[in-house]
Amino acid sequence: MHDAKREAGLCVSDLELQLDGRVLLSNINFTLSARGITVLMGPNGAGKSLLLRVLHGLIPATRGEVDWSGEPISTDLTRRQSLVFQAPVLLRRSVAANLDFVLRARGQFDREKRNHALAQVGLLELARHPARALSGGEKQRLALARALVTAPEALLLDEPTANLDPAAVDAIENTVRQTAAEGAKVVFVTHDIGQARRLAEDVLFLHRGELLEHQSSEEFFAKPSSAAARSYLEGKITL
Amino acid sequence: MSDQVSALSLAIDLVASRDPDLVEIILLSLQVSLTAVFLAVVIGFSLGALIATTRFTGRNVLVVLINALMGLPPVVVGLIVYLQLSRSGPLGFLGLLYTPTAMIIAQTILITPIIAALSRQVLEDMYKEYAEQFRAFALSRRHIIIALLWDARVSLVTVALAGFGRAVAEVGAVMIVGGNIDHLSRVMTTAIALETSKGNLALAMALGLVLMCISLAINAAAHTLRYTQMRPSYA
Repeated sequence: MHDAKREAGLCVSDLELQLDGRVLLSNINFTLSARGITVLMGPNGAGKSLLLRVLHGLIPATRGEVDWSGEPISTDLTRRQSLVFQAPVLLRRSVAANLDFVLRARGQFDREKRNHALAQVGLLELARHPARALSGGEKQRLALARALVTAPEALLLDEPTANLDPAAVDAIENTVRQTAAEGAKVVFVTHDIGQARRLAEDVLFLHRGELLEHQSSEEFFAKPSSAAARSYLEGKITL
Repeated sequence: MSDQVSALSLAIDLVASRDPDLVEIILLSLQVSLTAVFLAVVIGFSLGALIATTRFTGRNVLVVLINALMGLPPVVVGLIVYLQLSRSGPLGFLGLLYTPTAMIIAQTILITPIIAALSRQVLEDMYKEYAEQFRAFALSRRHIIIALLWDARVSLVTVALAGFGRAVAEVGAVMIVGGNIDHLSRVMTTAIALETSKGNLALAMALGLVLMCISLAINAAAHTLRYTQMRPSYA
């Protein structure tokens, strides 16, 4: 593969998504570096979760292109990424078995790898517990461990810390930072401005299905160029 | 009332004395019904899982058809199998009529729609919950079906039990294709029917009590299995 394309990371051009005749995302163009943490922000209904699903190949774009390091979306590419939902679905199995399932499906079953991922999120001692009996924060950490156990090239997170207490948020943020430091690309959806300031290297700001801003974190929080982003950061209601 | 007391007494005597004829009938009943349940589970779970996880033209028609087949009258199934296996039928050369194999075939046909329909519903409900997560994992259909069958195992045990209940209590089909031949194809239900027709009500009731006890024991074993599976895996 061409080195320049590989370095380019994620390239999205002229992306449009229509569902049931409604245009939900339109004219989305951006390029992200192959590494680091990009935060995707915007008010409710802006299309953040939809965009994340398109980037992971769960929803096909109506128009436009999505290339990860020069490679269009495919099943193989999706398998090399991980997506964590805001309300992840855990299998009706033990904590360890939830990770084993993904590893086996990838043909990568390795007990040490599983235990390492559980230790990374502080759940190794609960390995034999039923996954669905965990607390909200533990469930989200388990979902993160399950996403990380296959060592994904890209980690996509859809509001993974919504409704969690500060300790659980801190644990997840630390794991995300560590994952990015190890070389994975992280795209993190959040409403929490403080969290975005803590994590983001660059910020994508969506509003009504359109990308209004893509700036470095410092620039975005210092002087957002769009009125909608300014209102959002000032805590004003943005419709 | 005295009939019922004497039936209970006779049932206890029969079981306590390990009456060889009774043991033979019980073992054949279990052999036929458990084999039919095994075959129906293999076919029904596979069919149920495929329908639950696949969208195709005519799917709704197939679902309605399988649901409707849950109410198949046993005598009709018996008659159809009889026509296939009788000497003049297309499978007559196999010489299976009036054998336990014919009874297994009839019971399998009878309970496969029950197991397929109920497992389809169980697996489809679970798949609705898991579908997006599975797509995010980019799983193959084989992995999806294996995961659903494993995670739904507690409910599927109940589905299999429903099939077993239907099979072991069924009399019409096995009477037609088995012929109720002593020491060859006589099972609990056909023996009860025979003893009732002979006016031997106490023995018929005794056999009925034994049949109910067997059904109770199998359900208790399945419930224990469900309980032990539920504890480590379910919230």
